[in-house]
Amino acid sequence: MEIMDFIISKYNYWMYIILMMIGFYAMIAKNNLVKKVIGMNIFQTAIILFFVSTASKKGATIPIIQHGHGEAADIINTAQYMNPLPHVLMLTAIVVMVSTFGVAIALLIMLYKKYNTLEEDEILEILRTEDG
Amino acid sequence: MIQHAPVLIIILPLMASLINLIIGMWRKRLCYPLTVAALSACVLLSFAMLNTVIDHGNITYRLGGWAPPWGIAYLIDHLNAFMLVIVSFISLVVAVYSRVSIEKDMPKKINQFYTLFLLLVTGLLGILATGDAFNLFVFLEISSLAGYALIAVGDDRAPLASFNYVIMGTIGACFYLLGVGYLYIATGSLNMADLSGLLPDLYGSKVVIGAFAFMMVGVAIKMAFFPLHKWLPDAYTHAPSAVSAFVASAMTKVGAYVMIRIMFTVFKPYFSIEVIPASAILGWLAVAAMLFGCIRALAQTDVKRMLSYIIIAEVGYIVMGLSVGNRMGFQGAVLHILNDAFMMACLFLAAGAIEYKTGTRNVHNFSNLYKKMPVTIIAFTVGGLSIVGIPPTCGFFSKWYLVLGAIESQQWVFAATLLISSLLTAVIFFKILVRIYFGNSNENESSNPVFNEAPLSMLFPICIMAAGVLTLGFFSGKIISSVIQFTVPGSF
Repeated sequence: MEIMDFIISKYNYWMYIILMMIGFYAMIAKNNLVKKVIGMNIFQTAIILFFVSTASKKGATIPIIQHGHGEAADIINTAQYMNPLPHVLMLTAIVVMVSTFGVAIALLIMLYKKYNTLEEDEILEILRTEDG
Repeated sequence: MIQHAPVLIIILPLMASLINLIIGMWRKRLCYPLTVAALSACVLLSFAMLNTVIDHGNITYRLGGWAPPWGIAYLIDHLNAFMLVIVSFISLVVAVYSRVSIEKDMPKKINQFYTLFLLLVTGLLGILATGDAFNLFVFLEISSLAGYALIAVGDDRAPLASFNYVIMGTIGACFYLLGVGYLYIATGSLNMADLSGLLPDLYGSKVVIGAFAFMMVGVAIKMAFFPLHKWLPDAYTHAPSAVSAFVASAMTKVGAYVMIRIMFTVFKPYFSIEVIPASAILGWLAVAAMLFGCIRALAQTDVKRMLSYIIIAEVGYIVMGLSVGNRMGFQGAVLHILNDAFMMACLFLAAGAIEYKTGTRNVHNFSNLYKKMPVTIIAFTVGGLSIVGIPPTCGFFSKWYLVLGAIESQQWVFAATLLISSLLTAVIFFKILVRIYFGNSNENESSNPVFNEAPLSMLFPICIMAAGVLTLGFFSGKIISSVIQFTVPGSF
């Protein structure tokens, strides 16, 4: 049962690894370009899950110091507070993710207008006949 | 003034790109002067910073006044300042060059083009200036996103090439981000200087080794290092000629810079050489890159695709210089970053001018081209000779240092491979140059070449780059003694 404890106590990290691998597989192995983009999104979301779960603590509160006014002697116990930094980093990463997604979708529209399909093998077939 | 330069050099092109977008709705004609003005200011700032760094040592800039481990700090040392000069100078030259070719390629989208181009420059300069690992990721994505869009507006095949680049580039950036996350868990810091002080105690930790591996693989994708190069030839071949000249000369080199920062600043050199055998693995992959790039380039008929494969080999040279782990090799690698940026810009600009005038990139159609476009062809020849490594050109000097570095650490295979790949590039270029100068006797002689040179705004940047390739060769000793020798990590 030790192994079960090991898995359950860190299940958010296991989920991050599983999600990341699903996304990675879709990006590399899928034939449909839209599925590749969705895989890319899952991949990036997994990383966000990873960052956010590193910051979480059981029984901790938001990082705002209560009764902080004028009471400089208040001892700040870091174990009581969540670490806000990973969340802030992920806000930036979400912006990056959305813009990557936007660029990828714009490219898909260009590709669809040009080839009338979004299956990678069909596009490559069209390119081969153009060459040949 | 100079202490604000590290952040001004990023804010200037960023603001200029936004203004470009707005002003372009009103007067498209103003976009080009605005871009050139902003990039000229960047060049001046970068030279001023290099001067200050040489005279007075490093420049630190604290964003918002927050002290380094908590706030984001920009740290300019010899290596950054040197790279900033290269990237801003080449961006200016390519911007000057781009006017005619962009008016021909996309007359309706001039303001969008310059907006994206300035964003790409912003991203690359940001990567170079920042001293914060996460901030580097943000700039990496700014430059990559602008790069995806710029590559996609190229010829017919460009959208598919760009899409593959999006997928690969995103994997690379995400791996880098994961590496940064692991380092943050292990140390609680994102500042590079702070990390390099905190990490040595944790070198045994699996988290830190995992972080190093993730970051290196991510950067290797971004710089198109050998087994992860798949996206590069398509993307750079099908991009518009001005874009491919800039991304080919600047983007892979900035990737090499990030690799140097990770291997030798964030981690101490003995970690990447002794604790884990990273530099040995990189060295052998670099050998494969040099051979693979040159052999594939040999088989190409499209001149831009051939140059793209040569870039893969050139990235191999740089990584080989880093992996041998001694002073000579490192100096050779940093000098090669400079030289390769100039050589590649020269060759891609010349190839773009040839395409602009003749409408072809196929080397079989280059017969007797020197009668038609003598100046462009002379520049192309100078760039080609420099890639091969013929003495007065700059390519010879960095290869000389790289070979000495390989010999000093008794890596005979590395030295031999470098010479073999130089011979292969000689075959590639002499094959083309013979066709350009002496034509092909099998073809009909009826096509009488007439003088038809590219316009002056293209010719001038090409000549600047060709002259740069020659003068950098003469001044390489001076460059090493005044800048590059200070970039070598302390323990070498």
